[in-house]
Amino acid sequence: MITGIAYVIASALFVIGIKLLSSPDTARRGNMVSAGGMLLAILVTLIDCSGTSLAWVASAVAIGGLIGGIAAQRVEMTSMPEMVALFNGSGGAASLLVGCAEFVRAPESSWTVLLPISLAIVIGGVTTTGSLIAYGKLSGKISTAPFQFTGQGLVNGLLLAATVVCCVLFSLTLGEGSLDSARMNLLIALVVLSLVIGVTAVIPIGGGDMPVVISLLNSYSGLAACAAGFVILNNVLIVAGALVGASGIILTVIMCKAMNRSLSNVLFSGFGSAATSGGGTAIEGEAKPITPEDAYYVLEAARSVLFVPGYGMAVAQAQHVVKELAAILEENGCEVRFAIHPVAGRMPGHMNVLLAEAQVPYEMLVEPDDVNPTMENVDVGIVIGANDVVNPAARTDESSPIYGMPIIDIDRARSVFVLKRSMRSGFAGIQNPLFFCENTRMLFGDAKDSISNLAAEFKD
Amino acid sequence: METSKLIESAAKAVENSPDMISLLFILALAVFLGFELIAKVPSTLHTPLMSGANAISGITIVGAIMVLNNAGTNQTAQILGAAALGFAAVNVVGGYLVTDRMLGMFSKKAKKPEDKA
Repeated sequence: MITGIAYVIASALFVIGIKLLSSPDTARRGNMVSAGGMLLAILVTLIDCSGTSLAWVASAVAIGGLIGGIAAQRVEMTSMPEMVALFNGSGGAASLLVGCAEFVRAPESSWTVLLPISLAIVIGGVTTTGSLIAYGKLSGKISTAPFQFTGQGLVNGLLLAATVVCCVLFSLTLGEGSLDSARMNLLIALVVLSLVIGVTAVIPIGGGDMPVVISLLNSYSGLAACAAGFVILNNVLIVAGALVGASGIILTVIMCKAMNRSLSNVLFSGFGSAATSGGGTAIEGEAKPITPEDAYYVLEAARSVLFVPGYGMAVAQAQHVVKELAAILEENGCEVRFAIHPVAGRMPGHMNVLLAEAQVPYEMLVEPDDVNPTMENVDVGIVIGANDVVNPAARTDESSPIYGMPIIDIDRARSVFVLKRSMRSGFAGIQNPLFFCENTRMLFGDAKDSISNLAAEFKD
Repeated sequence: METSKLIESAAKAVENSPDMISLLFILALAVFLGFELIAKVPSTLHTPLMSGANAISGITIVGAIMVLNNAGTNQTAQILGAAALGFAAVNVVGGYLVTDRMLGMFSKKAKKPEDKA
């Protein structure tokens, strides 16, 4: 009874916690409320399960908690997507193991338990290896290029079909006792199949599409917790899992919309591979370089400056000098804003966190829809390490692979500085006509150095 | 025969549990609540939302404790349960701490230049 009430309170705390996340002012409190709910649920369960060997619990929690805690303290904000992918994977693994442990303990359960067990194993398994592959791609430990081979769709389809058949056989074939060893074999088959599917499903997806994959895996880890909730018939797992599942799905949809692509296109098309990057009209023209001195004179006179950061800013670790330049410009009486595209960076909201780390107030961050209608009033647009999200071909060139994708219309600003190492095309290998626009100037070199040089010009 | 057995076992399961149907009800309502709540989170906070939600999905830790408790003397179940507990603990502790670290960085504008004028 008391346990039940405590679970209700814990669920409510999760809901309140997420509600407080709707504003940056209350978000930190929200996270603490949510953590409080978690602590309550854990303590009450421990009291309820007084028969549990405390040595087992203490050592498992100590080891896991220590690993998670140290990782959380040490991780660089640039590597946040990798970190989240790993945490996701460990959540998936936990659900998979709960499913296995419950079956080993009570193999002769009815199908109402066996079916959730098989679901917890399959969703948990896919989440585990899928997240590991995503981690590998995000951290550059494995190639970020889509890995494709002929008949890939067929192989994935067969694996999926085999998994469904195993699930059905595992949970719905009736019979007691004698079937246990067959069931055990099916369980092992399910574990292996789900782990393999996690790999084969994520490996064909390019590094640029990782924001979608992470969001989707986030959703899966919630669904796996949900399934585990049905295994042990526990409502707090179901509520929490459903909230996470919903959150992941919403973020997935936002990411897909921001790229003007369907989820199936992201998951199966191998975007960014040689087959898809051939499109786009060849561009005639010459990119016009600019020196930091000349850029300084333009910026000195500017009344409105809009930064467009991309993943390149994170790679160059330029966010701190960018903030410094922004402060100088503001002191100079200039209005400074940062336009953040939803898919800039390697996970939803990644740029916002990087700029927050550099102490850029969140009021200065705007979305494409806020800034596009008034782009003509922007004196200088500064593009730092972003490419596809400012590519005007998305508006004008029907043959471009990214045609139709909502972009930041920085080409409509009075003048545009593009910070770039070289004239290489961006992640998806698509030519960017922005570089050849009449009002565009290229500031070649390392983004961090270029921005520092600009800031130094102001100080002189 | 098969079907009747199936129904029988389902009936037994429903009888022995806190009502399977009401759990499905909870699931459906929680999904809708989740959609409503999360649609209101601004894009600025999407990364902390994701890592915070990730920490919540570590609620499997409760399941791991219960499984470990029920394992009794079954050593395989004990080991699997303890491993589940360890992984869930990584998820919970790491997830909440990293979210807190991130959210601590989000700062408001200290002073607006317009206010001075």
